Amino acid sequence: MTKSTENSVIDPFEAALSVRDVKGRAPWEDAWHRLLKNRAAVYSAFIMAIMLLLVVFGPMLISWESDFTDWDHTSSPPSVESGHWFGTDAVGRDILVRTLEGGRISLLVGLVATIVSLLIGVSYGAVAGYFGGPTDRMMMRVVDIIYALPFMFFVILLMVVFGRHILFIFLAIGAVNWLDMARIVRGQTLSLKNTEFVEAARACGVGDWAIIRRHIIPNLLGLVIVYATLTIPQVILLESFLSFLGLGVQEPMSSWGALVADGVQDMESAPWTLIVPAVFLTITLYCFNYIGDGLRDAFDPKDRL
Amino acid sequence: MIQDSGMARHSLRRLLGLIPTLLMLITVAFFLMRMAPGGPFDSEKILPPEIEANLNAKYHLDEPLLTQYFRYLGQVATLDFGPSFQYKDWTVNELIAQGLPISLTVGVAAMILAFVLGTLLGIAAALRQNTAIDYSLMGFAMLGISVPNFVIAPILILLLAVYAGWLPAGGWDWSIANMVLPVVTLSLPVTAYIARLTRASMIEVLNSNFIRTARAKGLPEIVVIRRHALRPALLPVISFLGPATAGMISGSVVIERIFSIPGLGSYFVQGALNRDYTLVMGVVIFYGVLIIVLNFLVDLIYAWLNPKVRYDEKH
Repeated sequence: MTKSTENSVIDPFEAALSVRDVKGRAPWEDAWHRLLKNRAAVYSAFIMAIMLLLVVFGPMLISWESDFTDWDHTSSPPSVESGHWFGTDAVGRDILVRTLEGGRISLLVGLVATIVSLLIGVSYGAVAGYFGGPTDRMMMRVVDIIYALPFMFFVILLMVVFGRHILFIFLAIGAVNWLDMARIVRGQTLSLKNTEFVEAARACGVGDWAIIRRHIIPNLLGLVIVYATLTIPQVILLESFLSFLGLGVQEPMSSWGALVADGVQDMESAPWTLIVPAVFLTITLYCFNYIGDGLRDAFDPKDRL
Repeated sequence: MIQDSGMARHSLRRLLGLIPTLLMLITVAFFLMRMAPGGPFDSEKILPPEIEANLNAKYHLDEPLLTQYFRYLGQVATLDFGPSFQYKDWTVNELIAQGLPISLTVGVAAMILAFVLGTLLGIAAALRQNTAIDYSLMGFAMLGISVPNFVIAPILILLLAVYAGWLPAGGWDWSIANMVLPVVTLSLPVTAYIARLTRASMIEVLNSNFIRTARAKGLPEIVVIRRHALRPALLPVISFLGPATAGMISGSVVIERIFSIPGLGSYFVQGALNRDYTLVMGVVIFYGVLIIVLNFLVDLIYAWLNPKVRYDEKH
């Protein structure tokens, strides 16, 4: 009953609160520490950084041009003497340069198509989740319908219809890959829109679109980063799949998928033409998957509870 | 009785829900194909205008687009996909009938292999959680997910067919030896994914209260797993079967090409490269319907296995 006892009960509570206030950014820090403890993810990130440097700067350092045909060394095995460290293909083009330049396209497609699918998925999901009700039901019904379609076949259909320009590859892959993102973002938005800070913003008279832009989307960022990282390898895989079938990038441009397809043609006489691009592609996919897994574990709210 | 009628109503509602999906599938496929620049007869030598007009009339390409659309809808409703533009004298139905048994054999065998092997590996990893066995199994699973089909297949061909000579490098004669490599490569990524799924859900189930109760009763571990843990642990795997089928169908396109298997996927790629509109649309719609129906069946199996959703009328 007395005031002093009441205060002594509240004080430690307030003290605990203020300690927590100091660590206001704790979720991000926590996630960061958790990520650093995940050795597979850290090594993968390190390898990907090297891969990125190689792909961007490597072709400038190698004296061979990717379309130069060295008639003295056609289908020659990897050797230091000839200067073709990873061998040449059937018309004497240096495999290493071609693989690195193909990597530029593969990684670029991975990045750009992921951004396209992010832009569509995040705005779609945020709008559906924020407005809720019939709008949400109708929008998610559309997602369900598209989800049930054989999307790989639609990408092929899009490629057939709109030609095989690299811009269309970005758009086609991005246009079918946003569904997961939309679903995840919608779910998170549903829980975010009932939080106090959104209510406070609304009470201050902030408009719906401003709330979505200023309060909902920034709070989705962690989740979006995780799923973007997991989307990149999917997209790279999809592009190389298309290029392998001859439906992706066209000569003289090349990507890892197209190089693997070329390598399969000559694999009996010159297995290195298959193995070199295949190893680059596999390492990249492997690393991205581990980084994505690590990020998901680090950000997973289930673990944090 | 009540649960039966609830289940039937649930099925019926889901079945009716398929109609807009199917309609959208056909509509999108149709208009996409018709938006394509150039006709199906462009790629060959230039035809005299009269012949081209005749060809267009024969395939009803001279009618207004909407008329064509409704004509096509009517055809598809009677399961008739029309003639192929490139394979003269063949209808799309005949081509599908030709390729499907082969694709289906490979696909079903790969699916069974992936399901059995994937769940077994997943359970093994879950039971030995955080041991060397677990880490190496999951490392392999990650490799299975990361290495694309079209990389594994040529490497296996190179090792087992070209160098070792144990298995044929490709072709199709319905012999087991011919099926081994395509089935294994097709099932690998799905096996890996199912192993990861099973491990995660098995670990979750093994930490739940009813398993603790079963153990406290003194049941032997094998009984605990088989009678109590297996069914709930397999639920996520069951709901993955729909996407898995879709993934396998896409994978089969590549596999059939690498192993020169005359299945539906190779017709599809040929059709796509040759702008064979009716064939491509036919295959897309056919596979779309297959995936939609399979997803529906998976939903029913899921509801049957999981009492939590069985009577849930509100969702």
